[in-house]
Amino acid sequence: MSANASTTVVLDAKIPKGPIEDKWSNHKASVKLVSPANKRKYTIIVVGTGLAGASAAASLAELGYNVLNFCIQDSPRRAHSVAAQGGINAAKNYQNDGDSVYRLFYDTIKGGDYRAREANVYRLAELSVNIIDQAVAQGVPFAREYGGLLANRSFGGAQVSRTFYARGQTGQQLLLGAYSALMRQVQAGKVKLYPRREMLDLVVIDGRARGIVCRNLVTGEIEKYAGDAVCLATGGYSTVFFLSTNAVNSNATAAWRCYKKGAFFANPCFTQIHPTCLPQAGAGQSKLTLMSESLRNDGRVWVPKKKGDTRPPDQIPESERDYFLERRYPAFGNLVPRDIASRAAKAVCDEGYGVGATGRAVYLDFSDAIRRLGVDVIRERYGNLFQMYYEITGEDPYKVPMRIYPAPHYTMGGLWVDYNLMTTIPGLYALGEANFSDHGANRLGASALMQGLADGYFIIPVTIGDFLADHRPDGLTTDHPAFDESVRAIQDQVRRLLSINGKRTVREFHWELGRIMWDNVGMSRNEKGLKQAISDIRALREEFWKDVKVTGSADDFNKSLEFAGRVADFLELGELMAMDALDRAESCGGHFREEYQTPDGEALRRDDEFCHVSVWEYLGEDNAARRHKEPLVFEYAKPTQRSYK
Amino acid sequence: MKFHLKIWRQAGPDQPGRFVDYTVDDISPDMSFLEMLDQLNEQLVKENQDPIAFDSDCREGICGTCGLVINGMAHGPKLGCTTCELRMRHFPDGATITVEPFRADAFPVIKDLVVDRSALDRIIAAGGYISVNTGSAPDANSVPVPKHVAEEAMDAAACIGCGACVAACPNASASLFTAAKISQLALLPQGHPERERRVIKMVEQMDLEGFGACSNHGECEAACPKGISITNIARMRREYVRAIKNGAAAAR
Repeated sequence: MSANASTTVVLDAKIPKGPIEDKWSNHKASVKLVSPANKRKYTIIVVGTGLAGASAAASLAELGYNVLNFCIQDSPRRAHSVAAQGGINAAKNYQNDGDSVYRLFYDTIKGGDYRAREANVYRLAELSVNIIDQAVAQGVPFAREYGGLLANRSFGGAQVSRTFYARGQTGQQLLLGAYSALMRQVQAGKVKLYPRREMLDLVVIDGRARGIVCRNLVTGEIEKYAGDAVCLATGGYSTVFFLSTNAVNSNATAAWRCYKKGAFFANPCFTQIHPTCLPQAGAGQSKLTLMSESLRNDGRVWVPKKKGDTRPPDQIPESERDYFLERRYPAFGNLVPRDIASRAAKAVCDEGYGVGATGRAVYLDFSDAIRRLGVDVIRERYGNLFQMYYEITGEDPYKVPMRIYPAPHYTMGGLWVDYNLMTTIPGLYALGEANFSDHGANRLGASALMQGLADGYFIIPVTIGDFLADHRPDGLTTDHPAFDESVRAIQDQVRRLLSINGKRTVREFHWELGRIMWDNVGMSRNEKGLKQAISDIRALREEFWKDVKVTGSADDFNKSLEFAGRVADFLELGELMAMDALDRAESCGGHFREEYQTPDGEALRRDDEFCHVSVWEYLGEDNAARRHKEPLVFEYAKPTQRSYK
Repeated sequence: MKFHLKIWRQAGPDQPGRFVDYTVDDISPDMSFLEMLDQLNEQLVKENQDPIAFDSDCREGICGTCGLVINGMAHGPKLGCTTCELRMRHFPDGATITVEPFRADAFPVIKDLVVDRSALDRIIAAGGYISVNTGSAPDANSVPVPKHVAEEAMDAAACIGCGACVAACPNASASLFTAAKISQLALLPQGHPERERRVIKMVEQMDLEGFGACSNHGECEAACPKGISITNIARMRREYVRAIKNGAAAAR
């Protein structure tokens, strides 16, 4: 059960030398280049068409590379980035409120509770300004002021207004911008698009990523594709919890199978539980809906001061309400980072102050903002979110406070990458939420879109050339036996899943795994619960392979078969998450170990022992994964106890 | 709640389809329409039957993946919401509900309720973009855009590409979808250099895909879950006439 701890492998993050503000410029000036005439001889495989995948595929094709771009959806425009609501951060300082690249860097490092790599985060802050320029040029209709210039709002974890937004559909608009750039390259013949394909294996030849094997989700055919490099932009793994804010098809399979082929997995236990989601309702529920965190700009979070108070909210007088975020964190109030807001909500509900039928919800109240700004301003800012809330609950948030509760939303952990975004497998890159790199133990709001696009538009087009310059095209085709070996392994797994014919559906196993994860590897964790989770997940995994029921055929559109493969992988990933959480005997950001807290219940970091990235290496089915460490060095943002008081 | 369902089953694009009757019980009024179908599928799997194939992803009305014709209406009887947002409380207990795929020549059925909408992607590929390579953009505030223009562009940009407009149209026209993108980019100053070329190419592609012509029924606007206005179709036509008038050279 205990982790195979070792530090024998040297994880070289390849951070460029020089002062932090010069590292990226120096790097760009020194990386190797591929000449324009040679770029067209290379093929790059990009898996995923969200912000990171679409922006990477489009930008690489613009440079002249041939790109093969895959997605599980029927169209690249549907990748789950589309659902991001609130906004995207950029250090433009258009508001003259003292923002700067350094400040965005510092806020991100601090928000991540000092568990991210400084050089990466600084580069992210630096590139943030270019992303806004790019998006506006593409026709992304960001919100504007009457003078015609761009509007901004503030977001959790920041004291400046640096968030650009397009109503509550910022992710959709940025994705459609990247998608339009992608489709332009499809038309130009530089990108070949493969929708309704699920990547099921990475093909590694001579220690280098050389291709992928996919299942065609319409015909069931197992297909092979070869290339000179592979970029994985397949998102995060929040659906390991079954109920999350992610789309129902979001999954970890592509990343997990790369892990099993030798890509190390970093900080799997760093998951983000988003504070403003709709509370759980019934058993048939398929997902939890997020209400953008931007709502906390104008909404005030409260619970009744009396335990078990069942009066309707409008009958609870002001003096009997506890605005617990404003009370505990006067400097940031309702705008504390997500991990802190989520834990505070859980704490008041655990103590019996929660509201609604289940007692697992807190109010998010707009009545003050409506009085102050008028209902029209509130409608303009949040109209679509209020509408969405109304559709789901049947309650009108213009009149009654929303009821919210935290839900799994984002995973900071992911495949380990160096400064070039390359994993431990040469030629395999991970972009966006699929990598671990920039958010440490907690991601700030409006930073996911920023990171996905920085990786895809601006970083990978530079860094991949450095690798390809040394690895000239060699005419490799899918006739190489390594491809057939992968195909056979996948066909075996498909056959096995279809032949078990047990009693429990895939959904039942997923639901059960989600319950184990939420109870023990969720918002707060302890040694006993984590050990229990590890043994429960193992037992469930064993049962899955004996008793799962998958109907239909392998050669057809078959959703249960798709989901069966994903749940099989989640049953392994869940265990690694629990192992990592057990191994990290400290609290930091979204990882809260009950044994490590300050007297007033805040996360207690242990920098002496855990100021590192935990990086896991797969050692086969019968062996425990081995944990390596990448030490984190803070030269600029010196770690302090995070305080938002 | 209890419901009787008549659901379209079709094994593949070239197979004949038919309605099959099912009954579901113990449905909570707060369940979404798709969660109700999830429950039916669980039941079918346990009975060793092939579950009903349907598409869905975000389940919060933004990705545009889901889309069913429910009781003859694209995305069902409730206006302004997608199939995944539709709750069972909007149906009377014991009701019989008919469920079909989005039907159009340009949307061939893949299986049961799943259709191929890649024609919409090809319309965008034909010109639904501003040709700006990564890295070449000027400062975002260098071109002011009046607030009301940005808002109007955003109204059009809110299209989720679900194809309900096509399914609702008696001509299976994709005019509202195409017009929404043309409008967004024609309104914004950034889109002006290519506006003529864009409208010609996109309209041409729309026709090539086998979508019908618009004859002003207005069913598209009624079915659109995002309230995209038919005004955009009028703007698309003005843009088209403008492009023709300005000569074919601009359209190349």
